Amino acid sequence: MTSDAESVVASAFREEWGQIVATLIRITGDWDLSEESTQDAFASALERWPVDGIPRRPGAWLTSVARNRAHDRLRRDAVGAAKLRELALLARADGAAENEDADGAFPDDRLRLIFTCCHPALPLEARVALTLRSLLGLTTAEIARVFLVSEATMSQRLVRAKRKIRNAGIPFRVPPPHLLPERIPAVLGVLYLLFTEGYAATSGTDLVRRSLCSEAIRLTRVLAALMPDEPEVLGLLALMLLHDARHAARVDDAGDLVTLEEQDRTRWNAAEIAEGVGVLDRALRLGRLGGYQLQAAIAACHCTAVDPADTDWAQICALYEQLVRLTPSPVVELNRAVAVGMAEGPEAGLALIEKLEASDALANYHLLPAARADLLRRLDRLEEAAAAYRQALDLATTDAERRYLARRLAETVGT
Amino acid sequence: MLMICGDESYSAEPAASSSLPGCESWQSEMKRRGILLSSAGLRPTSDATTVRVRDGETLIVDGPFAETKEQIGGFSLIECADLDEALEVASKHPAARFGTVEVRPIWES
Repeated sequence: MTSDAESVVASAFREEWGQIVATLIRITGDWDLSEESTQDAFASALERWPVDGIPRRPGAWLTSVARNRAHDRLRRDAVGAAKLRELALLARADGAAENEDADGAFPDDRLRLIFTCCHPALPLEARVALTLRSLLGLTTAEIARVFLVSEATMSQRLVRAKRKIRNAGIPFRVPPPHLLPERIPAVLGVLYLLFTEGYAATSGTDLVRRSLCSEAIRLTRVLAALMPDEPEVLGLLALMLLHDARHAARVDDAGDLVTLEEQDRTRWNAAEIAEGVGVLDRALRLGRLGGYQLQAAIAACHCTAVDPADTDWAQICALYEQLVRLTPSPVVELNRAVAVGMAEGPEAGLALIEKLEASDALANYHLLPAARADLLRRLDRLEEAAAAYRQALDLATTDAERRYLARRLAETVGT
Repeated sequence: MLMICGDESYSAEPAASSSLPGCESWQSEMKRRGILLSSAGLRPTSDATTVRVRDGETLIVDGPFAETKEQIGGFSLIECADLDEALEVASKHPAARFGTVEVRPIWES
């Protein structure tokens, strides 16, 4: 019974936290009060549910407890009667707040919260931190770990961000349509950062990081449901699903990285791949191509190949070419060089990589010498390949990558 | 408060900010919308004098507070519902196209 109640509280935390905080913020305009009241509600649930039993609708129970807490505190501080009245109105039994604001086309308080956390007037790191805190209920200590900074530093960053929201008058809303084109990229950027933050952590079994992936997917789903005609929102959702579908095969039992080529494709999540491809199709039909859609299309090429030899490298090259045009960056150029190396042969890839090296844009990026090493190896220029692997090893940042490169180096030297 | 900043070497002729091309129509639009409370252009930093009082002693130095390429050339005091409105008003200011407009809330009691 006890553990039952605890697991319901845990899942309610994941499902309801952002919604409750967002609703209270909309009404009270007070971020700290909203978070504290919501925290209190979950604390009472942990106390009461094991004794009283789990309420029929946990979300409604939590919302009304949080609302009452906020109400009490505001009354003690004797603030505006309007806020108190609105909180009282929230007392609808289902706890699902109806929003009849002018921008009623976006009926989700969580969405307001996302857009407010991701306002361009806030520094990028604060946007992500605030999203993690307000929307997902991560503790300051957990967020500090994600950013590899001290808890005190992160706490200060959050305080500053909330202060700026209040003092600069950053509105709590989904921006009106004419501002959406310039605001959506920031929101998608934060959601993708959340996802990659969870995805890139290949070493260790940090649960916080793994859950970032599923939360990022969940939030992008909310966004996609509310903005079904935004192709890049769908593109990002597809991209996340297609990456996530492969996560079980990316690391072997020893915790080492497994390359795409060597992954056991039976361990890929077929349902997630099918969903990702379906979402991507919907995005492409809207006829406004963007960077996330292109990346998702590349991921789809990999995901739908039954084995590595079946991969449509020519198609991938064409997609990278479009991506280079749309969102030029040295990293995209590098990926394109690798794809060209697969489609047209290692020499063609090598030529592109040498051009990149001459430009010096990726001087400290370990994947540049690593990619060169792979192409050289395939050309049987083993000594040069070994030198490039050593160079990559010097630059690699995670243990898992270092182990992978060391293994490759040993193979190259040994053969 | 909108602080209108720009590179002074840009226009050799010291001009009042209100004579910037497009400035008048910006001012009249914002007045019509009831947003613009007051507005003024500053004379160039060559006419500036800086005062500091340290240990009871007054130090007077010619020139601006900071020796930077961009200097405040004027200001507008506006009243907006939220930051998004202020940003929209600031982005319409003609100086935003060649200089910088800093949006800063003022202290309210």
